[in-house]
Amino acid sequence: MRRLVLSAWAGAACLVAGALLAQEAPRLTGPEPFTKETPAPPMQRQVTDDVRRKRNYPDQPPLIPHAIEGYALDLNANKCLACHARKFTEQSQAPMISVTHYQDREGNTLGGVSPRRYSCLACHVPQTGAKPLVPNTFVDMDALVEREPRGR
Amino acid sequence: MAAIAKAWSWFRVNPWVLTATRPPVTLSLAFLTLGGFVAGVLFWGGFNTVLEHTNTEAFCTSCHEMKSNVFEELKGTIHYANRSGVRATCPDCHVPHRWTDKIARKMQASKEVWGHIFGSIDTRDKFLDLRRHLAEHEWARMKANDSLECRNCHSAQSMDVSKQNPRAAAAHEKDLFSGGKTCIDCHKGIAHKLPNMQGVPGWQ
Repeated sequence: MRRLVLSAWAGAACLVAGALLAQEAPRLTGPEPFTKETPAPPMQRQVTDDVRRKRNYPDQPPLIPHAIEGYALDLNANKCLACHARKFTEQSQAPMISVTHYQDREGNTLGGVSPRRYSCLACHVPQTGAKPLVPNTFVDMDALVEREPRGR
Repeated sequence: MAAIAKAWSWFRVNPWVLTATRPPVTLSLAFLTLGGFVAGVLFWGGFNTVLEHTNTEAFCTSCHEMKSNVFEELKGTIHYANRSGVRATCPDCHVPHRWTDKIARKMQASKEVWGHIFGSIDTRDKFLDLRRHLAEHEWARMKANDSLECRNCHSAQSMDVSKQNPRAAAAHEKDLFSGGKTCIDCHKGIAHKLPNMQGVPGWQ
């Protein structure tokens, strides 16, 4: 009997906690009930001011700060490389794709762009002015290091 | 010489020629002049009506080669759908506006009728195989006339580079305003998908 009461209490506590947490967590699952149709949110404006963005960590693929609408990127043509390929960077003044783009996954350097690096948009993306849906607690490594007391 | 004399004598005694060169017996001068004028109006009006009809998007896309390949691709681009609703139709970019140039292009286009009749691109695969060849024709044409069809709408005089992104403004100042390059040199594949660009200058 005592055990039954205890487990009932525990179950109730779980339910209440679940309900409370559910209210805390941001909803990312659309309308309630989910079958209801709501108008799509407006498209956000892309950031196209041509100003290079800081990388949040050294390995981050740099963001694209310009418009890329209508740029060809398929088996036949790659518009990104028309500026960012090594041989076009002087006339375009665009940053060259880094040397890692000439390496295969074993680290061997190839003569041209590695096929696995051909799909630029798999890693490099433009940004919009959209507000984040959930708060981001990411802390820059430099900020962490600066908090540490340096030397003596 | 003898052949020309023989042809001339045959021509002079031809009954049709004899009738055509003899003054009319029953038709009045007024009927012939006014009738000729009316017939001329009808012919010229009809010619231009047909010409204008062949210069519409509906006419271009009445062939499935155009409708299911290039027109479908145009639909996703800014020249078909954009914020202001101004759009380019097929002839705006592919047929010159000036009369003589237009007629010259229309005569070239008889090859396209030939291609349609004999099915040179009547499947998607055939079209893709010929795409580089066809695209090179259009690039060459636009290079030769200094991208005239682009400039019918996009004039360099009205182009305000201060309203462009710095990247675009710098490129236009360096290459377009100096006359060093023409629109099609950089803006390839803006309205249709591109063929394999291997070996095309400026592409890798």
